[in-house]
Amino acid sequence: MLKIKINGSEFEVKKGLTILEACKEVGVEVPTFCHDDRLKPSGTCRICVVEVEGARNLMAACSTPVTDGMVIWTESKKVVDARKEILNLILANHPLDCLTCEKSGECKLQDLCYKYGIKGSTFKPNKKEYDVDESNEFYYSDPNKCILCGKCVRVCNELQCTGAIGFAQRGIKTHVTTPFDKGIANSTCVSCGNCVAVCPVGALMPKKKMKYRTWEVKKVRTTCSYCGVGCQLYLLVKDDKVVGVEPYFGEPNRGLLCVKGRFAYNFINHKDRLKTPLIKKNGKFEEATWEEAYDYIVGRLTEIKEKYGPDSIAGLTSARCTNEENYIMQKFMRAVIGTNNIDHCARL
Amino acid sequence: MTNSIAEIEDAEVIFIIGSNTTENHPVIGTFVKRAKNKGAKIIVADPREIELAKLSDVFMQLKPGTNVALLNAMMNVIIEENLQDEEFIKERCENYDELKEVVKDYTPEKAEVITGVKADLIREAARIYAKADKACILYAMGVTQHATGTENVYSIANLAMLCGKLGKESCGVNPLRGQNNVQGACDMGGLPDVFPGYQKVHIKENVEKFEKAWGVKLSDKPGLTVSEMFHEAIKGKLKALYIMGENPVISDPDTKHVIEALEKLEFLVVQDIFLTETAQYADVVLPAASFAEKDGTFTNTERRVQRVRKAINNVGQSKADWEIIVDIMNRMGYKCSYKSARDIFDELAKVTPQYAGIDYDRIENEGIQWPCPTKDHPGTKILHKDKFARGKGLFKPTKYRTSAEQPDDEYPFILTTGRILYHYHTMTMTGKNEGLMKIAGESYVEINPMDAKKYGISDGDLVEVTSRRGSVRVKAKITDVVNEGVVFMPFHYADGSANVLTNTAYDEVTKEPELKVCAVRIKKA
Repeated sequence: MLKIKINGSEFEVKKGLTILEACKEVGVEVPTFCHDDRLKPSGTCRICVVEVEGARNLMAACSTPVTDGMVIWTESKKVVDARKEILNLILANHPLDCLTCEKSGECKLQDLCYKYGIKGSTFKPNKKEYDVDESNEFYYSDPNKCILCGKCVRVCNELQCTGAIGFAQRGIKTHVTTPFDKGIANSTCVSCGNCVAVCPVGALMPKKKMKYRTWEVKKVRTTCSYCGVGCQLYLLVKDDKVVGVEPYFGEPNRGLLCVKGRFAYNFINHKDRLKTPLIKKNGKFEEATWEEAYDYIVGRLTEIKEKYGPDSIAGLTSARCTNEENYIMQKFMRAVIGTNNIDHCARL
Repeated sequence: MTNSIAEIEDAEVIFIIGSNTTENHPVIGTFVKRAKNKGAKIIVADPREIELAKLSDVFMQLKPGTNVALLNAMMNVIIEENLQDEEFIKERCENYDELKEVVKDYTPEKAEVITGVKADLIREAARIYAKADKACILYAMGVTQHATGTENVYSIANLAMLCGKLGKESCGVNPLRGQNNVQGACDMGGLPDVFPGYQKVHIKENVEKFEKAWGVKLSDKPGLTVSEMFHEAIKGKLKALYIMGENPVISDPDTKHVIEALEKLEFLVVQDIFLTETAQYADVVLPAASFAEKDGTFTNTERRVQRVRKAINNVGQSKADWEIIVDIMNRMGYKCSYKSARDIFDELAKVTPQYAGIDYDRIENEGIQWPCPTKDHPGTKILHKDKFARGKGLFKPTKYRTSAEQPDDEYPFILTTGRILYHYHTMTMTGKNEGLMKIAGESYVEINPMDAKKYGISDGDLVEVTSRRGSVRVKAKITDVVNEGVVFMPFHYADGSANVLTNTAYDEVTKEPELKVCAVRIKKA
């Protein structure tokens, strides 16, 4: 264990941690833009700089290992001045359209400007003038809002391993794009949205079918209902409707999703959902009450069971339904109907 | 899976057979690619040059339906070159001599004739797999959806045991389950021969256990599988069918046969979230709640039991599937008083040994992998660690058999089917998404450029694909993803449905239909 001091308090931490990890462990928050726990530190954005006593410069907390006896200040004047300067620089070419920006309320840039009282840039504005790439069906890319933290590029290349996007050009002209600026739809992008999930600002945003403010939605953690990987995700709910999906950063998917889990949720509130029981009369479905439907089902099943025996009835349970429902369905067939004629599409 | 998803990333070798992982289990696909980037070697055996084949170190593009010959040849090489794990075989397995005897015949040269894979590639794959410390096998329906599905799986298990790649970190035999809760549906006894927890229905003690738990007399006669249900319905022996959340008209082989069966029934109930193709044939359709409207659990492919949580109120008058069934059970005179999904879980945990230690509180934040026999058990990341469930690992040597249907003069092509990234199963859910429909809006058939030339077919042409069971018209996609003599169709689409063509021949043990191989002919429409 190493003995270190953070903001005047003494702590003991494990060997091998970065300053950022050590701070996190003891509950001291250090801001980041480019950091992602799943990736190796890149030290790109510098917003995580801290003061280390005895060091010549401010150190990037994300990529500096803690050493025994280290004395760290995370919000000293020097640190705050440096962060303010970084924000000042970023804002010089960032559109200040927070009033209508979809990211507002969940934007790291907004949060830090708020924290450090930065209202605008003191530098001569040098706004970017890129076209917004709307070519993907599920999300858009607005390079004008991009702060070049590089997380999207790294997630696409190092975690998703699709390699659809990268940096183009140098210096002030640096921007994130697809090969030859041909647009996301013409790249190898598989629409997983894993880049969107890590963008700290409003540069990569899901296309919304229904407008909502980030603070208006309730997030409910659940399990994806597509394939058998069992990805953990949040359903975003507004006005009793599912309006979006975000990944959960934990096992088994570690913050990654695919196009179906991330973007194909609109079936939930689709207009074609069955809303009432239907009974077929003279070859046509007619709406019925639950009582009518239950009476009809119970009557017919009882009749068939009495006439032909329990093995003349079968049930298909479902790989789509919950464990609880599968248990109940097979119990219904076995204990109530009296047959083992129960199966499902495990083989399909 | 015998092992866990996270372990894939640390494997030295990943052998993927019959799984288009990046399209069908996209997030697991990322684990494979990250392993590759860390230096792992990738071996792919698949009739199509899938994305992972392009990244692979060895790609064996085998003829559909020849898995056993390929796997036996790999074992032949391993034994011939003395690469097997003698210690593991001696201490943990039995019947090794018979395996040696059977695979002796399968030289890589002989397998080359059967599978179309060059003998040297088979040798290379065998060496890479056998020599690694951490080597896992991932497989999916490309292995199981054959009349020889069981033999295919036996062969995979034989290979893993031969090389001692079981019960260890980043190894194992890992079927990737295709549906969100197919693992759970099996665990819960949604099968005709077992009660929850794979407890056989023909064993007296099991029947007595469940009779006591449920308070009624139970049948000890194994029931019908899906395919048998349809056969029996056509014969007039099965009279009523209650379908909860399935769409066999699209998902099952030989659509005509399924429809004939559904029409023959005296009574059909379908319970679903949409009026599916199958629901059209029902006498009563019940509106079910979607996963976003209910509480419960799903069990993923690595046996992890995870929570499903209610996010919105039920749409319309829909009800959770369990509520509907419980209502009917009560009305049929079997009193049950579950107030919530949690109540049901607590009951099922009592009768399902693998789930005994799991409850909602324990899986509030992170799911637990079964078997989890007691409340203080952490769950099981790796199966068969010290010994196999049955004690010794039994080698089940198998001989190669041809698929039920072989191409001939009249039907010269092999049709193989599968899923694509942008759709899910019968499209009940993904078909409602505009974006996905824009990207992948219609069915198609992949044809090799040489075959296309021979038949005068250009990319995008409408093609008639015909098997002994039916005919569909779909657009041609000319691509060398498939070899000559093989065509591929996604099975999602109701219009241009692959399962109009597929064969109902099935595996004798699992009753799994041979969806991956049938004979077809093609012509420009």
